[in-house]
Amino acid sequence: MAKQIQVSGLDAYYGAHKAIADISMTIEPRSVTAFIGPSGCGKSTFLRTLNRMHEVIPGARVEGKVMLDSDDLYGPGVDPVSVRRTIGMVFQRPNPFPTMSIYENVAAGLRLNGRISKSKTDEVVEQSLRGANLWNEVKDRLNKPGAGLSGGQQQRLCIARCIAVKPQVLLMDEPCSALDPISTLAIEDLITELKDEFTIVIVTHNMQQAARVSDRTAFFNLAAQGQPGRLVEMDETSAMFTNPSEKATEDYITGRFG
Amino acid sequence: MSIQTLSTGRRAKDLTVRCLVYLAFAVAVIPLVSVIYLVIKNGMARFDFDFLYRSMKNIGPRDAGGGAYHAILGTLQQVGLASLMSVPIGILTAIYLVEYGGKGRLANAIRFFVDVMTGIPSVVAGLFILAFWVLFLDLNYSGFAGALALSVLMMPTVVRSAEEMLKLVPDDLREASYALGVPKWRTIVKVVLPTALTGIVTGVMLAVARVTGETAPLLLTVFFTDSINANPFTNAQMGLPLFVFDQAGRPNDTAIDRAWAGALTLILIVMLLNLVARLIAYWRSPARGR
Amino acid sequence: MAAIAVFLIAEAIPALQANNSSFLTELLWTPNNTPPVFGIGALAFGTIMSSALALAMAMPVAVGVALFISHYAPRKIAGALGYVVDLLAAVPSVVYGLWGVIFLVPFMQGPSEFLNEYLGWFPLFSGDPVVGRSMLTAAIVLAIMILPIIAAISREVFLQVPRMNEEAALALGATRWEMIKMAVLPFGRPGVMSAAMLGLGRAMGETIAVALIFPATFGITFGILGPNGNSIAANIALGFAEAGEVGRGALIASGLVLFIITLVVNMAARMIIARRSGASA
Repeated sequence: MAKQIQVSGLDAYYGAHKAIADISMTIEPRSVTAFIGPSGCGKSTFLRTLNRMHEVIPGARVEGKVMLDSDDLYGPGVDPVSVRRTIGMVFQRPNPFPTMSIYENVAAGLRLNGRISKSKTDEVVEQSLRGANLWNEVKDRLNKPGAGLSGGQQQRLCIARCIAVKPQVLLMDEPCSALDPISTLAIEDLITELKDEFTIVIVTHNMQQAARVSDRTAFFNLAAQGQPGRLVEMDETSAMFTNPSEKATEDYITGRFG
Repeated sequence: MSIQTLSTGRRAKDLTVRCLVYLAFAVAVIPLVSVIYLVIKNGMARFDFDFLYRSMKNIGPRDAGGGAYHAILGTLQQVGLASLMSVPIGILTAIYLVEYGGKGRLANAIRFFVDVMTGIPSVVAGLFILAFWVLFLDLNYSGFAGALALSVLMMPTVVRSAEEMLKLVPDDLREASYALGVPKWRTIVKVVLPTALTGIVTGVMLAVARVTGETAPLLLTVFFTDSINANPFTNAQMGLPLFVFDQAGRPNDTAIDRAWAGALTLILIVMLLNLVARLIAYWRSPARGR
Repeated sequence: MAAIAVFLIAEAIPALQANNSSFLTELLWTPNNTPPVFGIGALAFGTIMSSALALAMAMPVAVGVALFISHYAPRKIAGALGYVVDLLAAVPSVVYGLWGVIFLVPFMQGPSEFLNEYLGWFPLFSGDPVVGRSMLTAAIVLAIMILPIIAAISREVFLQVPRMNEEAALALGATRWEMIKMAVLPFGRPGVMSAAMLGLGRAMGETIAVALIFPATFGITFGILGPNGNSIAANIALGFAEAGEVGRGALIASGLVLFIITLVVNMAARMIIARRSGASA
């Protein structure tokens, strides 16, 4: 189910502006990798290049190589649509489809692949909601609109919608930044459970969160305003937070800037 | 290969829809191109000095020559009068709605009626003025009656666009002015109106362009004439759209040629108004995208 | 508004009293005869039929155009293309009428015969004779005239779809069309529906273009290719010049009916919008 991602020499642009430059890293399967760094350093941009969501923005483009095991995501003839199917994404703000019920939200991605029997859909919906620790809270109101849930529940609904299509990798772009502490805790527990099955990459502003949930951490920074963001260093999370090898990393995690 | 490729069915469907959407746009543009091409091509035949400076007096339906001077003059007077009546009332109503009415019951009632009025058919507006002016007050068909009918159509459009523009003026500006001790009416005159001015002008020009092309209300209130009548307050006048309608309904080629030339003149006037309005709007906000 | 209704009613009553037939069901329109006989039946039918046909033709194209401008065309030229469609609305209706009667009527002869020959089993396309100056041609002109307003409103609602919902669909591995089906269309449906209602109201009130094209007959026929067709508005424009006192009153009465129909349609459109903004608040 889970795969390794290998990035080499990746640049991303918004029009003429270069947002991130020359990033190379390896993301291990069945683990949680956290991206940290100050605002505007390009960590979300980089995350979006991993499932080709970056190019959805008009004028945005990517150069470099991203390998999912042995497949080049930016290789010729690779359809971004199928890449996104293999690599799912959870966004900063919960975004369930407002016109759909809870059930339809989870089934939305499934139904893209043609007709599936009702019983099979029921099964996957339940499995996914259980997987997102949401089943017990919503099982009696599957036909109510998803927008009626609390923020934390909506975010877990989005995670359920994402894992329903059985991706190899889960990308999470600051999934807790719009949530209260209790909901955040619920999501963090969920991430720890999900890593048995998926390769997880999470962007976070919150260093405690990175320390709590991730196995490896990557620190991004930009040399100056207007310069592209770069990967400063990447290491085991424990090593990174106790003994960073770069001065900039130490400054950032001890709160001296950012 | 771990990245499953997209099924052919889904890809084909996506492509089909893309083609349909492009096709829809092409289908929408074809009539526009066809209308403009034909109007220019056929209109040029009679778009000459005579056409712009002569009337149809003593010109038989089968004769060549003749012009639309009387109609152009009539249109300018009718639209001008209609604007004189509806623009001040429209803008004052909009000011009331935004600055004084707020969410009160009266303001909401006015808003509702204005909304519904924008949808009334132009022929009904014409009938109304006919019933009120010609039949009830027993006055003559005249350019002024036409102007009244046009202003019934114009007013709601002016109110709507002016209201939108006034609403765009940030409250901070008003409060800044109040904080300086400026009374409300002066704030409106000196701060709010100048800020919204270009937007309001754009809206008014678009409204003017729209009523310039209206035919049905004129038909019922201005009636027809072939001679020049420079006084909009007495007797029948002519209007350019009316002229086109009248000539187009005749079976002779000479009349049809005049109709095309009239259509060309009308389109030129309307497009010019539109263009100026858009340019003003574009000027004001070069940064605003689509 | 109330004034409009009052004056129209006041001027219509004497004519209605003079009428020798039932205003609501009579098909003939001969108010200038003695005794006067007239009824709204055929006119109302023609109005509704032509507008419904126009709407059926304009809707798919208008939604396509709106999607093209909001989601398919390159960003840079989308604004300019939208302006081109708006220009369609700026052409005065009498010009469309002229274009319709001189260009489209002869042009439609061929396609109409084709439809009649191969799809004649379908009631709409049946009948004999087949002419260019038909209900179908008038409906096409109406469709062109209401297309810009439907397209403009639909485009606005499509552009209001939250970006994050579109991204959610794309991130699930939806193609562009699937994204539109999943996120854009459900969100925009009420807006598009009210746009359709406004377009319908406009088609029913349109006068001059159809007055030039309609063959102005009285009767109810479903064949849209034959020399039939009339509408309330067109009848007012055409009949007015020759109308006597009763005739004018009769026309005013028919205008009142048109007024009421369009009022109902427009209010329905507003209500759809209002209900939606109430629900999302």
